[in-house]
Amino acid sequence: MNEQQQTLLQFMSQQADKLGVQTMQHIGLTFISLFIAVLIGLPLGIYITRKKNISGLVLGIAGILQTIPSIALLGFMIPLLGIGAKPAIVALLLYALLPIIRNTYTGITGVDATVKEAAVAMGMSKWQVLFKVELPLAMPVILAGIRTATVINVGVATLASYIAAGGLGEFIFGGISLNNTNMILAGAIPAALLAIIFDFLLSLVQKLNVKKIKGVVKIAPVLLIILSCLYFIPSAYGGKLTAGFTPEFMGRQDGNLGLISKYGLKIHTIVISDAVMYKAAQEKELDVISGYSTDGRLKAYNLLVLDDDKKIFPPYYAAPIVREDALRKFPELEKTLNLLAGTITDSIMTELNYKTDYLHQSPERVAKDFLVSKKLWRAEKNGKEGVVRIGSKIFGEQYILASMYSMLIKGHTNYDVSTKSGLGGTKIVFDAMTNDQIDFYPEYTGTGLLAILQAPAKTVNELQTSKDSTYNYVQREFSKRYQIKWLKPIGFNNAYALMMREKQAKDLNIKTISNLKRYLESK
Amino acid sequence: MIKVEHLVKTYGSVKAVDDISFEVNEGENMILLGTSGCGKTTTLKMLNRLIEPDSGNIAIDGKNISEQPPELLRRGIGYVLQNNGLFPHYTVGENIAVLPNLLKWDKAKTQKRVDELIEKLHLTKEYLNAYPSELSGGQQQRIGLARALVTDPPVLLMDEPFGALDNVTRSSIHREFKALDELKRKTIIMVTHDVQEAFELADRIALMDKGKIVQIDAPADLLFNPVNEFVRGFLLEQRLQLELKSIKLTDLWTHLTDTGKKINPSMLSSDIGIWEALENFKFYPRETINIINQHTKEVKSITFDQLMSAFSKHKNLQPHE
Ligand SMILES: Nc1ncnc2c1ncn2[C@@H]1O[C@H](COP(=O)(O)OP(=O)(O)O)[C@@H](O)[C@H]1O
Ligand SMILES: [Mg+2]
Repeated sequence: MNEQQQTLLQFMSQQADKLGVQTMQHIGLTFISLFIAVLIGLPLGIYITRKKNISGLVLGIAGILQTIPSIALLGFMIPLLGIGAKPAIVALLLYALLPIIRNTYTGITGVDATVKEAAVAMGMSKWQVLFKVELPLAMPVILAGIRTATVINVGVATLASYIAAGGLGEFIFGGISLNNTNMILAGAIPAALLAIIFDFLLSLVQKLNVKKIKGVVKIAPVLLIILSCLYFIPSAYGGKLTAGFTPEFMGRQDGNLGLISKYGLKIHTIVISDAVMYKAAQEKELDVISGYSTDGRLKAYNLLVLDDDKKIFPPYYAAPIVREDALRKFPELEKTLNLLAGTITDSIMTELNYKTDYLHQSPERVAKDFLVSKKLWRAEKNGKEGVVRIGSKIFGEQYILASMYSMLIKGHTNYDVSTKSGLGGTKIVFDAMTNDQIDFYPEYTGTGLLAILQAPAKTVNELQTSKDSTYNYVQREFSKRYQIKWLKPIGFNNAYALMMREKQAKDLNIKTISNLKRYLESK
Repeated sequence: MIKVEHLVKTYGSVKAVDDISFEVNEGENMILLGTSGCGKTTTLKMLNRLIEPDSGNIAIDGKNISEQPPELLRRGIGYVLQNNGLFPHYTVGENIAVLPNLLKWDKAKTQKRVDELIEKLHLTKEYLNAYPSELSGGQQQRIGLARALVTDPPVLLMDEPFGALDNVTRSSIHREFKALDELKRKTIIMVTHDVQEAFELADRIALMDKGKIVQIDAPADLLFNPVNEFVRGFLLEQRLQLELKSIKLTDLWTHLTDTGKKINPSMLSSDIGIWEALENFKFYPRETINIINQHTKEVKSITFDQLMSAFSKHKNLQPHE
């Protein structure tokens, strides 16, 4: 425990620069969107107290906006606003609107009718009634709404890193894909603290008496603007091309670290989630992205893989990894899973991915068509001899593989299957496995070596000569450390790749990573 | 001063105010009396345009109010509500100064006026920085009155101003209300459902029923010359008390016998009602009270028994209804 804390503190002090930048971005994002949400929500809330017949409609729409899942909302924003700060701020502001509009509305309608009547009867104009009576009396309720919105925003802002808007989400999601607990905590703890601190400060303001609130409300806009500016301080954008890399790629030896150390590549880089990266490249928001060599989206989005002329992206096998106790419990399992071994080559996998990613066929259909063509498909036996639990990560290829395994088990054995697909990143799915939540899932030896085992640089260098030696190493270590068995490789290689839009690569005459480096350094 | 003609206000099928006409003279205290829902508040609020009538005319000082900007109109009319309507986020001082601040009076003038009112309403200055919620109901109501009086408007509208107060507080406020010089020169229209209150404070009473005025007269006329059964029935239950309030000592003068024993120097005017005279016995238990006839300057000193027998002699002379 002590050691764990130590290393967390070490990690945080080591990454103090990044942590500071991310925290400021986080605060900035939260408050820019909050500021705009107040600018929109407050007048709108006041307006609907005057036009009661549309109040239901406005509150309804704001309510619906808030039920849209954050990731989906961020996704919708990309075609409209691209990636980065703009869509993140708009998404956050949409979430913050409801509590602000609703509380303004209830606050003002809740003001004692006789007090309002007295104000009117004394000869106050509509505006005087609003500013001298209604708003001051509704202020505690309005502030409660702003407080709710702030806490929501601090939380949702962690997702901004999905679309390259920065914030503490970079550490959190980086940590999840790199299986790095300290990194997760380095993002999550400050995010939680921010929420607690802002909540507490606003609760103090809320409790002030009306007189003092007046003062605070006057300085609030200034404060909001200052906090909002935090976002812009760190982001000194520049560079000819922009790269978008996944958090996992950012932290791996065979990823960005290698690009820097072996190629000396210096490119303006932003961190972005795998889910939106390809779309952003197509929308010309990004020029260079990290991806997998077998990804179907390569073809779907007309992307070109840059030749890795210095060989920093070693090829890795994909294979199912299984809990050893599950193999004992289900004696037929290993044999059945190995039916797929060696059947899917690079080109087949790319083709299958293309079918789901571009032709939008369901992973089940793609899986079944393939198994039928290989004469591996059999009708379900509806077996009752126990349930095998399959896991998968949250992208297309894993869904297809999980479907195939599910069909094989149902058709070839008397076991039933339950599938837990879409388990976020490596850490989430692997933790599910070690905690006996799932029995097996498809994994890549490179991820096993670098993200899970976190092998020392020396070992990694030795192993990178051959993909078989990597396979042997992870197989041995997994069995020893986790009692998990690597079954036979499925066949295709999985390697990182740098990609650009085909047209841009041609225009700039870039074919290899070295070409890219030269282009970036020219002029 | 105020002239109301054929005022009508309907809510859906409810005729809240149904063709009402009346006049109020300058300095008069007119009370709209009636059971709950008979249209008193609606009538009152049309006078300062909190409610716009469906039809009819209202003129104040000869000027049609519908032709004046409502804000300006309202600044010239004081308004006091049952639940005082004080601003909870303003101190007592700020509450009283709302209108002077809207009118941009200079600070010293406002302060002087506020201090003056505080004194007249028997409040101490230490309340100026308190918030309304820290005050008793009676005190809040006084602040409400002070706020309405601060610019000395010629007209005052009051909607059940003492309705939320307990009996003891109410009768003490009634006494202050009658004594307050600021109110003597004002034209007041007050709404109440309390018959006793109406008889105590009104120069004239407009008794309303179902949106119409049934009878509009001085309290004694309402009591002794009711226009119909409704009016008689309305006052029946509290008749004795009302008689004691509406019959003045002047009316009994000939029946009162002077004991000649002027034990103390205090002097009551014969313009007060019997009820108030009786209260003097109650509060200052003496054998006799001294009464001075305002017209002849004659003084009589009487006992409780003499007052009561004078009352019954007076009653016996009234035509039987
Ligand atoms: N805003 C309104 N909408 C509908 N009906 C109303 C409204 N205001 C008053 N009324 C109705 O008009 C009638 C007179 O109301 P009001 O003047 O408040 O009576 P009072 O003050 O004598 O108790 C009542 O029947 C009441 O229900
Ligand atoms: Mg009323």
